[in-house]
Formats: sequence, structure tokens, C-alpha cells
Amino acid sequence: MKSDIKLIDGHGKRLDGRKADELRKIKIEAGVLHRADGSCYLEWGGNKVLAAVYGPREAIPKHTQNPLKAIVNARYNMASFSVEDRKRPGPDRRSVEISKVISEALERVILIEQFPRTMINVNIEVLDAEAGTRCAGLTAAGVALADAGIPMIDIPVACAAGKIDGHVVLDLGQKEDNFGDADLPLGLAPRINEVILLQMDGHLTMDEFNKAFELAHHGCLVVSEMQKKALLEKYESVVQPEEVVQDVQPEESE
Amino acid sequence: MTEDKRKVVLPGQLLGEVSRQKAGHGTFIEDGKIFSQRFGVLNDHGEYLDVVPLKGKYSAIEGDFVIGFVIEAMSSSWLVDINAPYPALLHVNEAPWKVEFGETDRYLNRGDAIMAKVLPIDETRKLQVTLNDRNLYKIKGGHLIDVEPSKVPRIIGKKGSMIALLKTYTRCRIFVGQNGRIWIDGPTEGIEKVLEVLRIIEDEALSFGLTKRIEEYLKKDAMDVQ
Repeated sequence: MKSDIKLIDGHGKRLDGRKADELRKIKIEAGVLHRADGSCYLEWGGNKVLAAVYGPREAIPKHTQNPLKAIVNARYNMASFSVEDRKRPGPDRRSVEISKVISEALERVILIEQFPRTMINVNIEVLDAEAGTRCAGLTAAGVALADAGIPMIDIPVACAAGKIDGHVVLDLGQKEDNFGDADLPLGLAPRINEVILLQMDGHLTMDEFNKAFELAHHGCLVVSEMQKKALLEKYESVVQPEEVVQDVQPEESE
Repeated sequence: MTEDKRKVVLPGQLLGEVSRQKAGHGTFIEDGKIFSQRFGVLNDHGEYLDVVPLKGKYSAIEGDFVIGFVIEAMSSSWLVDINAPYPALLHVNEAPWKVEFGETDRYLNRGDAIMAKVLPIDETRKLQVTLNDRNLYKIKGGHLIDVEPSKVPRIIGKKGSMIALLKTYTRCRIFVGQNGRIWIDGPTEGIEKVLEVLRIIEDEALSFGLTKRIEEYLKKDAMDVQ
């Protein structure tokens, strides 16, 4: 899309004052829903995403069951009030696609062989959208899955990079996404360093792609640390330090 | 402060090496290194490592005593929800009654609660339970509450010390199912006390010396009554 809007100024500052390799502000909170087995609330810039995990439980309808492994059903859904013009509620072409790629990304990290004939439901609800919701959704899903106590080989994380006004930058905002040249969301399993989701919208040269990939990869690692911090913080709130008695020896270890 | 708390680990966190220790429950091995599978508490037993999840579904083990709800009465068996990923099957041969074919609903019906024992589990994870064991029966009366299955060992305590403590001080009958369902029956004040203590145990399950503290707590209250 061509426009007169200037997305990046002469000093390398972007519309919202960020530098080229700077992320938006991220807030992650684990275990926010009581009815779900695991949950996470995530704010990523202007994105507000809620993820809830249910299961593993018996897969229904029965013919979808796999006798060898669990099926992972991620459901990405945008609230009708999440965007400027009201979005028609319900799944559409876009959200079906995102649900599919997120499901497949999660299948790689969850130890699905441990729960044959079951399904694991991951509901990702986008309450407020400002570009990069699939990355926010996958990141929130990772925290919610860990919170649900589901066995995984890694906590999945995602982050996007893109190209605006000919510059490769990290984590596109709303205007940058709409009027920019390209968007490259990347999902990563940070420990095994494996790409679990990679899509591209727009055009990048090989060099630009490599640069954008490096940038997004670095962004993923930063967000990954935030995920871990959020999970550990949740546990801190379970055991209040002042209630812990000092002068005791380990007695029961069962 | 690190001494009186257990170490919390995240999925994919490096725990140790195969050459030095064995990988126990909740862990997996990759390239000779041991990693955690789940968000839980690390138990270092010296020769092997365990991760006990903070949350999660009950994973059934043969011989566990559990509390289940009947989901469905079929012609020669019942389906029982035992809080596991799968419903468990209770065959009429595993029930203490002589049940005619198609008359299962005369004995157990949807919504009934039973105490049951988990039978051997095969590779396909088809769960089966039995009522043919000591003191297993349909539950009539009392209270049923749910706790996190991973915290059941703390509620029972070492060799049942915690639960024995609760029973003595509250004069309640308590049955703790390994699947995180607990049945309590007795005087109203006793039940209230048990619920209160269970909440404390759940909140502080990660700290050491819990049995001692709970005993002091119960003693203090018992004296107030006298």
C-alpha cells in the first residue's frame, strides 16, 4: 500500500519513538482464569490477548482421536470490538489460518505422545488488536500451556520483524504494518533453537530477509525471558515469603 | 531464603546430566542432558531427579485409590470420571453386587460418587477401576472437595502423618483420593477446620516443615475449645 506517511525519520526513530531494534512494551501475567486448566493474559503494545488452556481431555468428536498422540486444537479468535471497524464475529479465512499455524507450532513443543486419544484446547482471544496478534497469541499460548502443567520440551515464543520505508525493523506497530513493505512473524522454540512458525507478508530481498530473521530471532529470545519471569512470578505469589518458617529441617519429602 | 524453598523449574529447563544422575518423573533426556518437562518443583534425590508439577491433570497409576463420579451406566459397565484425561471403565465383574445384564442403573447411576481402585493400565491408556478391595463403596453423605492432584502427597504427609493429624484433631472421617478428590464426613465444625487446613496445605505445599506447623495450628485451636 502506497501512502505519503513517513514511517521512519532521518535519525532512525519510528512513529512511536522506538528505535529500529526496539520492542513494544510487553506485560505478561500467568494464571488469570480460574475455570481454565492454565491461562495467560498478555499485553504487547496495544495488543491485549487472553489465552486459556483446557486438557488434555478425551477428544471429541471421537473420530478425531489419534491412538498414538494428543491433538492440539488452538483457536485464534478476534473479538468484534478488537479493531477499529467492528469485526464480524466468528471464524473467518484469516483466523482459521492463524489457528492452524499456531496449532502446528504448539504440536512441535508439547509432548503429545504422552496423551494418546486426547485433545488439548488452546483458546486465544484477541481483545484488542494493534498488529502482531498472532505473535502475541502464540507467546500467550506458551505461557498458558506451561501454567496448565502440560509437558513440553520448550516454551514457545514468537516475535515479528518487517520492513518499513526500506528499513528492516523489529516488531511492527499498527501503522507500520498497514503502510509498511513487509511483515515477517517468527515463532521459535528458544532452547532447541527451532523455527515453529514463519510467515511472510510483502516482499523482502534475500539480504533483507536474513536481517529481518536475525532481528525477529533476537526479539523472540528477549520475549522468552519475559515469559519465564511471568511464570516464576506467579509461583512467588503462591508462597508468601513471610509465611515461610526459617528454622526447620526438611522432614517430609513425599 | 533459598534453603527453605524448593526450586521451581520451567519446561525445557536444564536440570543435570545423564552421566551423573538418572532422569525421573517429569523430565526428559536430550543429548545426554536432563531437562524438565513441566512447570513444577525440582526434587533432587541424589541419584535421580524428579519434577513434581504445580498444576495438571491426574495421571493414573495402578493401585491408586481414587474418588470418581459415574458419567454413564452402560449395559454391563459404568463410565467413571476420575479426573484423568480419560474416563475409566468399571465393569460389573469389578463391582461387589450381582448385576443382571442391562440393570446397572439400579446400583450406580449418573452423578453417583464412588471410591475405587485403579486397575493395571496398558499401553493404550485404557483406564479401568474396581470396587473389589478394602472399604470401597458408593459414597453416601459427607463432603467432597477438589484439590490439585500434585498436592495430594503433601496432604497425606510422610507415611500418612498429616492426614492422621487432621483426623485426630477434627474427629472427621477423611478419604483422600490420589486424583485430588477428598471426601470428608463428621461434625460441622470439624469439616470447616479440615477445609481451612487443606487450603493452608495447598497454599504452602512448597515449604518445608509443614506437618509441624499444621500440628501447632490445630493444637492451638483445640486448646481454645477446651
